[in-house]
Amino acid sequence: MELSTLQIVAVFLMSCICGMGSILDEFQTHRPLIACTLTGLILGDMTTGIIIGGTLEMIALGWMNIGAAVAPDAALASVISTILVIAGNQSIGAGIAIAMPLAAAGQVLTIIVRTITIFFQHKADDYAREGNLTGIDICHLLALFIQALRISIPAVLVAMFVGTGAVQSLLAAIPPVITGGLQVAGGFIVVVGYAMVINMMGAKYLMPFFFLGFVFAAFTNFNLVAFGVIGLVMAIVYIQLNPKYQATTAVAATAGGNANNNDLDDDLDD
Amino acid sequence: MANQTKKLTKGDLFSAFIRSNFLQGSWNFERMQALGYCFGMVPIIKRLYEGQERKDAIKRHLEFYNTQPFVTAPIIGITAAMEEQRANGADIPDSVINGIKVGMMGPLAGVGDPIFWGTLRPMTAALGASIALTGSLFGPILFFVLFNAVRLAVRWYGIEYGYSKGTDIVKDVAGNKLQKLTEGASILGLFVMGALVCKWTSVNVPLVVSTVTMLDGKIAVTTVQDIFNQLMPGLIPLILTFICMDLLKKKVNALWIIFGLFAVGIAGFAMGILK
Repeated sequence: MELSTLQIVAVFLMSCICGMGSILDEFQTHRPLIACTLTGLILGDMTTGIIIGGTLEMIALGWMNIGAAVAPDAALASVISTILVIAGNQSIGAGIAIAMPLAAAGQVLTIIVRTITIFFQHKADDYAREGNLTGIDICHLLALFIQALRISIPAVLVAMFVGTGAVQSLLAAIPPVITGGLQVAGGFIVVVGYAMVINMMGAKYLMPFFFLGFVFAAFTNFNLVAFGVIGLVMAIVYIQLNPKYQATTAVAATAGGNANNNDLDDDLDD
Repeated sequence: MANQTKKLTKGDLFSAFIRSNFLQGSWNFERMQALGYCFGMVPIIKRLYEGQERKDAIKRHLEFYNTQPFVTAPIIGITAAMEEQRANGADIPDSVINGIKVGMMGPLAGVGDPIFWGTLRPMTAALGASIALTGSLFGPILFFVLFNAVRLAVRWYGIEYGYSKGTDIVKDVAGNKLQKLTEGASILGLFVMGALVCKWTSVNVPLVVSTVTMLDGKIAVTTVQDIFNQLMPGLIPLILTFICMDLLKKKVNALWIIFGLFAVGIAGFAMGILK
């Protein structure tokens, strides 16, 4: 399918928002759930976009920027793979497979941009010497704009050429054993993201709760909301009963009558 | 000379709140979020300082800074309170203001990372994704609204809290309130992760172990997967998860592991071991 000029402009604006989301990590517009849905909306098949988004989101669950470490880039992967699936007539499985090298490419691109933006940091030092606050704003926002272009330029290029015969025949050349295998792998590739989240918690002594969750899921039909509620209750009870936190409560209890109640309230607020 | 007192308005703090949503825009490998932090402090510096003092204030907030983005809120609040005191003549040297920033960013990142990246986002995202897989728009919307409602509340109340408490907040960071919050979030996060490993994965090994013709003529086929399911559903994903955790701890790039699993999927599919 060829994209109209209006659609290409919309892809540009939308991928700018996703690119900014990717560096800011605030509104989560770079996450597959949002980015794929918006791309699908522009290309006229939002339902497919939502499904790709849901599938990619599970894979990308553990992709996070911790400290100075840069995560694989969900924005580039989401936008371009959704364009290829909807406008390039690919299966969702193939789209997911294409998304992974794109995430790696996006990661390299953001590392390059994060190096380039050192220039703006130094330019800001100059403005500091002049006491120029507007200059500070400009430096910061220009750096953000480069991060937006990092996604929108590749996305627009793909959107312009996806309808051409060369790209179509290239995509059609992927053998079915590859797409089938990728579809199968999609079922368990999500464990990489889960492993990243578990490692990040870095709390080995709390792993019994992980196994409890696993066994609960294996033998019940609870949905995620139920797991959330049970997990929350266990967390509260654990903290209330943990001797580590009892010392302060005991002192407070002798000092004043209502201290215990307050402590309970605090835990519930948490 | 009472009319000389400089006071931050609610509007200044609100403006800092809006700007703090762009904290990481100029993230770079030299000073990381330094410029972004200064960008957030612009309305406060503008209100409090002029001339040489303004230049010094900008310079002060361009020092190295990096933490989990949302927990920056209370730090902005505290530094705003300190800058206000300083602008009114209090003797607060640069080193103290920077000391507070640097001293708080580490412990707060230690709280923010497991709570927001380890628990809140995976949980809201998994919830949204599980609905999105059915093609329902409700999934992405739910994720977007839930996550951002919590995030924006933390950002706004964090700034207000930091500003009203000032340096007293350091006691809270040292106390066990934040530790309780982190530990509680980790329990919740790990419990849900356990459920996700079991239920929100799919592995099927269709290799036939035995084919038995029953007395009534029906043919009972037992596959490897049937045996696994009787033993413990989700056992293969669990083992895979532990392998991944181990590889990640050995600093193997996550994308390489993903490509490796893709290769396993293609090979398994080609040989008929996986379906």
